[in-house]
Amino acid sequence: MVAELSRDEMLHSVKADYKYGFHMSEEDYAFKSGRGLTREIVTQISRMKNEPEWMLKYRLKALDIFLKKPMPSWGNTEMLNDIDFANIHYFVRATEKQGRDWEEVPDSIKKTFDRLGIPEAERKFLAGVTAQYESEVVYHSIREDLEKQGVVFLDMDTALREHEDIVREHFGTVIPSADNKFSALNSAVWSGGSFVWVPAGVKVEIPLQAYFRINTENMGQFERTLIIAEPGSYVHYIEGCTAPTYSSDSLHSAVVELIAKPGSHIRYTTIQNWSNNVYNLVTKRAVAHEAAKVEWVDGNLGSKLTMKYPAIYLMGPKAHGEVLSIAFAGEGQHQDAGAKMVHLAPDTTSIIVSKSISKDGGRTSYRGLVKVYPGATNVKSSVRCDALLMDEDSRSDTYPTMEIDEKDVTIEHEATVSKVGEDQLFYLMSRGLTQEEATTMIVNGFFEPFTKELPLEYAVELNRLIALNMEGSVG
Amino acid sequence: MTSKTPILQIKNLHVEVEGKEILKGVNLTVNAGEVHALMGRNGSGKSTLSYTLMGHPRYTVTSGSVEYRGQDLLAMSADERARHGMYLAFQYPVAIPGVSVSNFLRATVKARRGGDIPVKEFRKELKECMAKLGVRDEFLSRYVNDGFSGGEKKRLEILQMAMLKPEMALLDETDSGLDIDALRTVAEGINALHNKDNAVLLITHYQRMLDYVAPGFVHVMQGGQIVKSGGSELALELEAQGYDWVAKEFASSGAN
Repeated sequence: MVAELSRDEMLHSVKADYKYGFHMSEEDYAFKSGRGLTREIVTQISRMKNEPEWMLKYRLKALDIFLKKPMPSWGNTEMLNDIDFANIHYFVRATEKQGRDWEEVPDSIKKTFDRLGIPEAERKFLAGVTAQYESEVVYHSIREDLEKQGVVFLDMDTALREHEDIVREHFGTVIPSADNKFSALNSAVWSGGSFVWVPAGVKVEIPLQAYFRINTENMGQFERTLIIAEPGSYVHYIEGCTAPTYSSDSLHSAVVELIAKPGSHIRYTTIQNWSNNVYNLVTKRAVAHEAAKVEWVDGNLGSKLTMKYPAIYLMGPKAHGEVLSIAFAGEGQHQDAGAKMVHLAPDTTSIIVSKSISKDGGRTSYRGLVKVYPGATNVKSSVRCDALLMDEDSRSDTYPTMEIDEKDVTIEHEATVSKVGEDQLFYLMSRGLTQEEATTMIVNGFFEPFTKELPLEYAVELNRLIALNMEGSVG
Repeated sequence: MTSKTPILQIKNLHVEVEGKEILKGVNLTVNAGEVHALMGRNGSGKSTLSYTLMGHPRYTVTSGSVEYRGQDLLAMSADERARHGMYLAFQYPVAIPGVSVSNFLRATVKARRGGDIPVKEFRKELKECMAKLGVRDEFLSRYVNDGFSGGEKKRLEILQMAMLKPEMALLDETDSGLDIDALRTVAEGINALHNKDNAVLLITHYQRMLDYVAPGFVHVMQGGQIVKSGGSELALELEAQGYDWVAKEFASSGAN
């Protein structure tokens, strides 16, 4: 029966029974650092992981940069300045042991994953699962055919041990520690994250998936991800984030580096649904070499404040970059998201599509940059931002920046702001849908250009999240 | 028909839009098994009546009553009316970008019937309706009314009606903007739906729709009231002579 349903039908037949909000009890943590950030804590993190000396030095240098760098003076500075860096646990180890088979994963963690539906998904079509539970990866499996293809898909800590040379060659080359205050913080205290290396010419057919969760109050999560696609290869990496709700604030500050070598193609998909007290301050950047293609597919639903601008540096001729993002901001939330496209070579092309919804006083901002360097001729770039406001109290702003230093370019920019219309609602309600169902349908439709790019189970999750966010929103 | 079962009973209905009175005492009873045509010039209040009956929030009923199968229609929200079997085919259907016709139909059929129907069954029924209306499969994956031609929009309105199986169907100028083939198909769709247990109210300017869907009753609306009612011959008279004589007759009768 299930097999007979089209993707579309499955997507829309799910019920809105999506409610997380559970967490492990405190005693299940194997190690948890004290609050605050010192050289001792950074050293301790590195020592506990048995890291090579160069990584410890890298961390300590980054710590100095972090301490020196001022907070960003743009964006939502009011919220940013509320972060109490001294009151955060920078490293938490959930379990001593890393499980590779599902059977080896501790029961309490398994229970959490069961609720997330991972084992089921695994049985069906997961290529490999890297589930980051707190700071370290506890479950990680790769299907045999991937290993046969020579694809390396590990958590970052293991990759540093087992593939130190490749890691050292690429780590921090796309996003230097000094890029911004939060990349410096991540560089000092990073833990976990994924490492993917795809050999030349290898196409990874099945998306590589990772689940990230924050589960300790006041715990920062600083995962570090590095994906390297050798010439002519293809990989799609997906992370989904859900976090239970806590009363005080948590910090998530990841660094994600993508390296797309000539003729390769990387797609990176994220849906983040951090609880509404999490600061989500993430640096994501890719380099695309000649004729390479990089796509960031980025969904932001949760968090208190998100500041995230996935970037693509188009380094070689004919490189192509795309950022497709959605943001949903409810009460007390600010989604400050966008994209950066930097054209450094001729015949490079880029597309930015940003869609945002604000409701109950929530705020969304699109902040974007398209930069074309001299000599990058025949560049084509298009930017489209659509904002949907659900009520009078909500807000949406657009901050597009264009720095074009070459004449022979084609740049398009289009921005719209609309409100959910009375006539649309009436039309749907005149067919029997309640106001809430009608609103959800309009919102899902608005996000459809994004949703259709997601694998089915993520699309289902997204629709559930949206339905959940719409609950009780109309009266 | 031995005994008449009223579906819709409109009594002395007065309606305002943004403080301006548009309907000034409409009286109309529609019984099960009947087809009524409501004719009249632009601005006579025909569309206001259809929106009001469907429960558009912009239309305020200031006095009068509407009973729908014995229930107070005006106490229901638009979605409740729909679930109880009211249907309005819009003159200007609204686009819902990003929502496919098939999902839209599935959600509305579910709402109307009060529960999910098996996908297989739904599909079978849908394909049958589509075949009757000459709607192609690719229609289903398009977004609701988004980029549709006028004729496509009207076909979708009739397809929805066929799937939702209303007891009271209001069709607001469904014939406008259709070429003769499309008109015939749409009319056949209406005829296929109509049976002894439901009723149809056609709002139209033109006789040509009525060549295909024969109404037992024709009403002329003017200045927010129904000024003349008759059988199907009235539509032919209007076609031949226009509306002026109705106005004159109404004025001289002093009924105003």
